[in-house]
Amino acid sequence: MSTDARIVPAASLIPADAPFPKAAKVALGMPQLRKNLAHATGTIRAKRANVAGELDDWERLRDTASAIKADVQHRLPELAIEFERNATAAGATVHWARDAQEANEIAARIVREAGADEVVKVKSMATQEIELNEHFEAHGLKAFETDLAELIVQLAEDKPSHILVPAIHYNRTQIRDIFTQSMGDAPSGLTDEPAALAEAARLHLRRRFLSAKVAVSGANFAVAETGSLVVVESEGNGRMCLTMPETLISIVGLEKLLPRFGDLEVFMQLLPRSSTGERMNPYTSVWTGSREGDGPRDVHVILLDNGRTGVLADEVGRQALSCIRCSACLNVCPVYERTGGHAYGHVYPGPIGAILAPQLEPGRHDDLPYASSLCGACYEVCPVKINIPEVLVHLRQQGPHEAGEKAAMGAAKAVMARPRLWRAALKAARFGSMPWRRKGFLRRLPWPGSRWTVSRDLPVPPKEDFRDWWKERQR
Amino acid sequence: MSGAREEILARMRRALEGAGEAPVPPREYRRALDAGVDITAMLIDRLVDYKANVHHGLASIPAALAGAKRVVVPADLPAEWRLGGAEFVADEGLSTADLDGMDAVLTGCAAAVAVSGTIMLDTGAAQGRRAITLVPDHHVVVVRAEQIVGHLAEALPMLDRTAPQTWISGPSATSDIELQRVEGVHGPRRLKVVLL
Amino acid sequence: MPRVGLFITCVNDALFPETPKAVVAVLERLGYEVDFPAAQTCCGQMHANSGYKDDAARLARSFERVFEPYDAVVTPSGSCAAMTRDQYPHLTGSTIGRRVYELSEFLIDVARVEDVGARFPHTVTYHPTCHGTRALGLGDKPLRLLRAVRDIDLVDLPAADQCCGFGGTFALKNSEVSSAMLADKCRHAADTGAEYLAAADNSCLTHIGGGISRSGGPRPIHYAEILASAA
Repeated sequence: MSTDARIVPAASLIPADAPFPKAAKVALGMPQLRKNLAHATGTIRAKRANVAGELDDWERLRDTASAIKADVQHRLPELAIEFERNATAAGATVHWARDAQEANEIAARIVREAGADEVVKVKSMATQEIELNEHFEAHGLKAFETDLAELIVQLAEDKPSHILVPAIHYNRTQIRDIFTQSMGDAPSGLTDEPAALAEAARLHLRRRFLSAKVAVSGANFAVAETGSLVVVESEGNGRMCLTMPETLISIVGLEKLLPRFGDLEVFMQLLPRSSTGERMNPYTSVWTGSREGDGPRDVHVILLDNGRTGVLADEVGRQALSCIRCSACLNVCPVYERTGGHAYGHVYPGPIGAILAPQLEPGRHDDLPYASSLCGACYEVCPVKINIPEVLVHLRQQGPHEAGEKAAMGAAKAVMARPRLWRAALKAARFGSMPWRRKGFLRRLPWPGSRWTVSRDLPVPPKEDFRDWWKERQR
Repeated sequence: MSGAREEILARMRRALEGAGEAPVPPREYRRALDAGVDITAMLIDRLVDYKANVHHGLASIPAALAGAKRVVVPADLPAEWRLGGAEFVADEGLSTADLDGMDAVLTGCAAAVAVSGTIMLDTGAAQGRRAITLVPDHHVVVVRAEQIVGHLAEALPMLDRTAPQTWISGPSATSDIELQRVEGVHGPRRLKVVLL
Repeated sequence: MPRVGLFITCVNDALFPETPKAVVAVLERLGYEVDFPAAQTCCGQMHANSGYKDDAARLARSFERVFEPYDAVVTPSGSCAAMTRDQYPHLTGSTIGRRVYELSEFLIDVARVEDVGARFPHTVTYHPTCHGTRALGLGDKPLRLLRAVRDIDLVDLPAADQCCGFGGTFALKNSEVSSAMLADKCRHAADTGAEYLAAADNSCLTHIGGGISRSGGPRPIHYAEILASAA
């Protein structure tokens, strides 16, 4: 049953800096990857639809969540200050970081001051975004991921391919093989039963949890009114990290702020149902500063900008900051389902990544807004109603264009803007395609038409068009 | 340090120049279930759905604790809940190693939400600090009838907002393998709910 | 009676005259007088969605000028109707999109008919195209019209709500992903065993039909042509 085939990290096969179409082509050529993705996204789509359907006020919740997030964006400076004030009053130390480098340096300094050289980590997109693990590694510190999927990815020396389930591109047998090969204390005869794999992860991490001095987390929400942070999770690794160590460092993107504690009644209905397709996730932790005799005594919060204020400046694009990282848009996206996350070349893949990455790092991901057929499935499921297609089109309109394409588009516009030229062009096309009229379609076109005919025929114009018919019947 | 703070605030203010008024969020969603819904029955249904066991009445506590020899309890756990043959150890600053040696934990809770099968702890009466409900592998939690509400929005006002909270919906679980839910990872793998 | 202008769309203008002819036939059968303003060209969607805002705005203004005189504009394309409704306000500030109806919207919401008196004795499967369904919110309107057609045998399309992979220039820029999506759509269509695959957008049907032309499967047809078939 056990295979000795070494698991090759998927991310190593997909060129990280290649433009999306090229990276996607590589991913499309990996049948196991496509099978795993189709299976996993299909499972979660059905679960999400079921539990969202249980709430008769789902659409009203989305409207409220969307408006709360827009309100947060409008009032970001005052809410950030309010959060800082309340968290500080409750015993937390609040830091501000302009960029990844600054956040990493603050975090590393706190770890050293705590007399530690390693940390346990709760799954956090913000720390992936700033490459905290890599920074720690380079400075003699070690970060241990404790979320099961993150652990799988870390053991495989791979990169996450999904916001919620970073190891979504592996199936159970591959995960068993990764554990067997790379987890020093993997039980012998480990099967690929998910329960057995979860048990192996429990045993592997338990000692570390109980002895860790410092933990690093992100946060799903930061409540301005109370100065509280919220982490939503399933396994209990989050609770372990947030409760057992003496020092806790939470790195929180500025957009995570919520005005009021009561707003959780909206978001905690939407988030679990949209992400894991559960009515509620197994564990949610809420903490406010530090508390005598309960949990970490030394509590730090690093408020992270790292490009967010740039996104905030774009009136249309700023709605991307409403994202609560549920990943529903990835799971329904027909493009993501076929390519997986690595092809996007950014920690935020899928539809949300296609609008967030190019805004967080201007000029670096101009190919991503085109990685969508604009089918709109993402917008339909987004719990905070981010109009992803609208932002995709907006970013396409802001971004640079290739000269040849620009010329072609300009020419098409020039013709279409003049009815006489347009009619002449239609006539010319009918005339030019006469040799193929009997066959009815074209099978092979030169580039760039070959990009179409690679998989589909192109019909040729008919002998008589609508205009002729209309003129005839007007007589 | 403070340079970063001032600069980020300035960036935000610049970004928002001319952004206009903040919208006022509509609040037209539900804050309660329809009258007449049996919230206890719903809570049981949702707990069982997420693989928690449900027991009824104080007399069922020994059965809920079955198999546990040493049971940690918060120091203020009502004496009448300490039923059965287990040794009850009150938490008065137990070490992590001590906690790791416990077979189970018995606590009360702050609220329970029927619609999602969620038990809420806020370290208030009969709940203890967070670590005691985390390290032992078996959690028995007592829910009094008046602590059960239908909807999340009804439960939030019952919590001590700035106390450390843990909202629990079923035993520890993961969906990380093929997005299928499997129970039992780092948190307690058995969750038993005793309804009074 | 409202003054109805027909917007046939650039795709139909170039490739599919039977579809706008069918729209004329259905509307006239219901007693509407339809006009075809010959100065029409394209709604500008290709330019807008490819990132050419100014070009798109130019075409939008031209559309607005041509269709300004009409009380209602009917078009056999969910995608182009959505373009005028969703994007024109941002491009030119025009609200003409409120008067632009995809055919099924006009029939059900304005004319208030579902049975247009058609007969089509064939098996048909229906693909709900993305822009029509999601951007325009057509719901099951085209299907309701099809259900009322006599002797039609409608069969469900598996994974119907999945995009066919067209997406305008997406099919060229991300040809491989688009082709992978298309392959699945063609397979599902063929699996139905239907004679026809109907949809509310000939651009999507050009794409799916271009695939089916190689892999085999039902014949693509705009649902307006089914509605136009005589009882």
